[in-house]
Amino acid sequence: MDVSQYLEIFLDETKEHLQSLSEQLMILENEPENADTINEIFRAAHSLKGMAGTMGYKRMQKLTHNMENVFSEVRNGKLKVNGHLIDILFQALDALEEYKDAIQNTSDEGTNDNTPIIDALIKILEGEGEAQEAQEKAEPAAKAEPAENSAETAAGADGMKWQEIKLQESELHALQEAFEKGKKVYGLTVVVQETCILKAARAFLVFKALEELGTIVVSNPSAQDIEDEHFDFDFSMYFVTDAALDKTIEAIKNVSEIEEGIGKQIKLADLDTAEQTAPAEEHDTTAPAAATETALTTGEETPQAQQTAPAAGNKKTTVAKPVVNRTVRVDIEKLDVLMNLVSELIIAKNSLVSFSESDVSNTNFNEQIEYLESVTTNLHESVMKVRMVPIESVVNRFPKMIRDLSKKLNKKMNLYMSGEDTELDRTVVDEIGDPLMHLLRNSADHGLESAEVRAARGKNEVGTIQLDAYQDGNNVVIEVKDDGNGIDVAAVRQKAIERGTITAEQAETMGDKDIVDLLFLPSFSTAKVVSDVSGRGVGLDVVKSKIEALGGDVSVKTKLGEGSTFSIRLPLTLAIIQALMVVVGEEKYAISLGSIQTIEALTEDEVKYVQAKEVINLRGTVIPLIRLRSVLDIEPKPKDDDTLVVVIVKKGDSMAGLVVDELIGQQEIVIKSLGKYINCTSRMISGATILGDGEVALILDANALI
Amino acid sequence: MDELKVVSEAVQYIVIKIGDEQYGIDIKYIENIVRMQKITRVPKVQPYFKGVINLRGEVVPVMSLRLKMGLEADVTMNTTRIIILKIEQNAPIGVIVDEVKEVVTLDETNTDKVAYDAKDDSVNYINGIGKCNGGLISLLDLNVVVSDKETI
Repeated sequence: MDVSQYLEIFLDETKEHLQSLSEQLMILENEPENADTINEIFRAAHSLKGMAGTMGYKRMQKLTHNMENVFSEVRNGKLKVNGHLIDILFQALDALEEYKDAIQNTSDEGTNDNTPIIDALIKILEGEGEAQEAQEKAEPAAKAEPAENSAETAAGADGMKWQEIKLQESELHALQEAFEKGKKVYGLTVVVQETCILKAARAFLVFKALEELGTIVVSNPSAQDIEDEHFDFDFSMYFVTDAALDKTIEAIKNVSEIEEGIGKQIKLADLDTAEQTAPAEEHDTTAPAAATETALTTGEETPQAQQTAPAAGNKKTTVAKPVVNRTVRVDIEKLDVLMNLVSELIIAKNSLVSFSESDVSNTNFNEQIEYLESVTTNLHESVMKVRMVPIESVVNRFPKMIRDLSKKLNKKMNLYMSGEDTELDRTVVDEIGDPLMHLLRNSADHGLESAEVRAARGKNEVGTIQLDAYQDGNNVVIEVKDDGNGIDVAAVRQKAIERGTITAEQAETMGDKDIVDLLFLPSFSTAKVVSDVSGRGVGLDVVKSKIEALGGDVSVKTKLGEGSTFSIRLPLTLAIIQALMVVVGEEKYAISLGSIQTIEALTEDEVKYVQAKEVINLRGTVIPLIRLRSVLDIEPKPKDDDTLVVVIVKKGDSMAGLVVDELIGQQEIVIKSLGKYINCTSRMISGATILGDGEVALILDANALI
Repeated sequence: MDELKVVSEAVQYIVIKIGDEQYGIDIKYIENIVRMQKITRVPKVQPYFKGVINLRGEVVPVMSLRLKMGLEADVTMNTTRIIILKIEQNAPIGVIVDEVKEVVTLDETNTDKVAYDAKDDSVNYINGIGKCNGGLISLLDLNVVVSDKETI
């Protein structure tokens, strides 16, 4: 076995620990005295060090080791948390991220020793100027562990399951040989956390860690059984080494998800008695053996329960991690296959539905069809849910980014986030990170003013950036809001004319909103050109194209002097939607139900004109009218019909009325792409779907029409 | 040995007819040949795209070679077929042809490369001429055929 197969676990855990470190450091920055936080940080650093060591990443280990030292001092109250310390720690965190990325890409940690950071850490330690420093460094975790250890060795006396191991002659011989050589023999019992998923992997890591220190003579269950995961939550062994017991236990505990490591040095005499009680047990069921047995069985049951109870009690204060869910890792491709199959099923169901509609005579058949319909809908929802992940995984790195930016730009700012638990399709979540980061950077860099300007304008010196995510119908909206300067529309207009993007005449007729939208054009994307005017436009076109590739769109609201809000709107689902089927001319089109507000029946008389554009006044709201026939290049309807069927669609705050010829009804449709060859410039067709009768219907993107 | 080499470079073409001309399509790019069926029009796209069809649960765009080559529009006949090409993975595309005639095997001895004229700006859909049974077959360069360029 080699460690490469555990690389994935290692990376996942490293990510988790780094994230936790980053979050806790942020907290610590604001509450330097928070003991829980310090403990949590210490634990994360400690686990990181252990994992890096086990995987053989020496540089990473060294860095975490030094970080751990610092935390240890902080924990013991010998070191005060201050801004400088936090800065260095954040730098160290960045360095660790680098290691992690390098390992992820090349399975090697790279060659960067990050000596300056290590030096800085050591300096902090030394700066404290205490004599015991050196000793501290030599035995970093020893200080942290002993309290726990002693408690454990006292309480865990009856958890020493290694006593159950029946030694074979050869093994006994090996142990005796070790005694003769003056080596130390320990009995060890390792308890894995009950929530641990890959017990065998943990056990392997424990074995590996131990084998660096000495030799495992025998284990119970056998090594093979452990590798096959044939054990409950603990395993025991006899271990021959030169190292001290503390060191050994520490090595075990460095492996994460290990609940306990219990050990005791064994004397030659103990061995002999063990040898004697073993046969005694076999043929004698009277007093002594029974006593040992009860001792052993209770040793199995009660102390473990006792141990876990206080351990849990202890951990509650230190571990702020949420309860681990029972999960299975699934390749996203397998989910895609599942999703495709569900799509096929829905198409097949739709064709059965259309078949049943043509033949109304058999009610039983129709009932079964309805049943099938509800089953497929539920199936689809379940599969979609499997693919949904909260955006938390993406946004939780932003607080640190804003903190870094704040230092770099020398502006005071705070990031407030809400709706981190909003869920999106996995593929979307993976892609959304960069655009969001871009928008946040934009807000921090160009949106917010410096503290002096803010003070002069009577604003709070500390700028606010807000990241809100929420669900809105079939969409998820993510907003990046700042209370900075806003976009100087006049300046953008001026620049657009200078650059020849629009003519002066055009500029006259364009509304502020249209002008602001110019920022999303590629030609406006270079910072050099625009930042001296409005301070906007850094790669906004990239943001836009990325979001549009995900089937969403991005818009901006701004008020000069008060700030801007960028809203990203993304579809909740990518593959199957509920849609309203309509007829325009001879053709059938689907409109996503999520964007539909109401359906109205109007007469031609109710159509009014504003700026030569058709509008309707619907219960006090003026809504522009879009005649789908003209948009879709179909001849206008003959004049003899006076009624209009209008589907009112909504996108954010704006609405529009789509004039259709006829309504067919609601249907669950499977979105299919039109393929890369067809170049739908207007973007109003977002895809196609196959109807029950095998016909292809196009899906209208109401968002693009508005 | 010489003969072996020639045989190994032989390519099978499907011979199609558009108007009076015969064209050859390399058989390895052909996924399927289907009869003319209902094509769903897609508004506001390149004019030579007739729309999309449902090919066993897959939505496949269909283009008219005639319109793309600047010939008069297709008239659906009994012999009209849609040839489904797969030039890239997961991106099928259909082309409408007047008739599918036969499969021929051509090798280097009976194909001629088309001389390329750098001064000629017009799009060249043909990368060779094949001779077979006394007739000539223009061999289509499919990458050009499906690309965005069209004869104006």
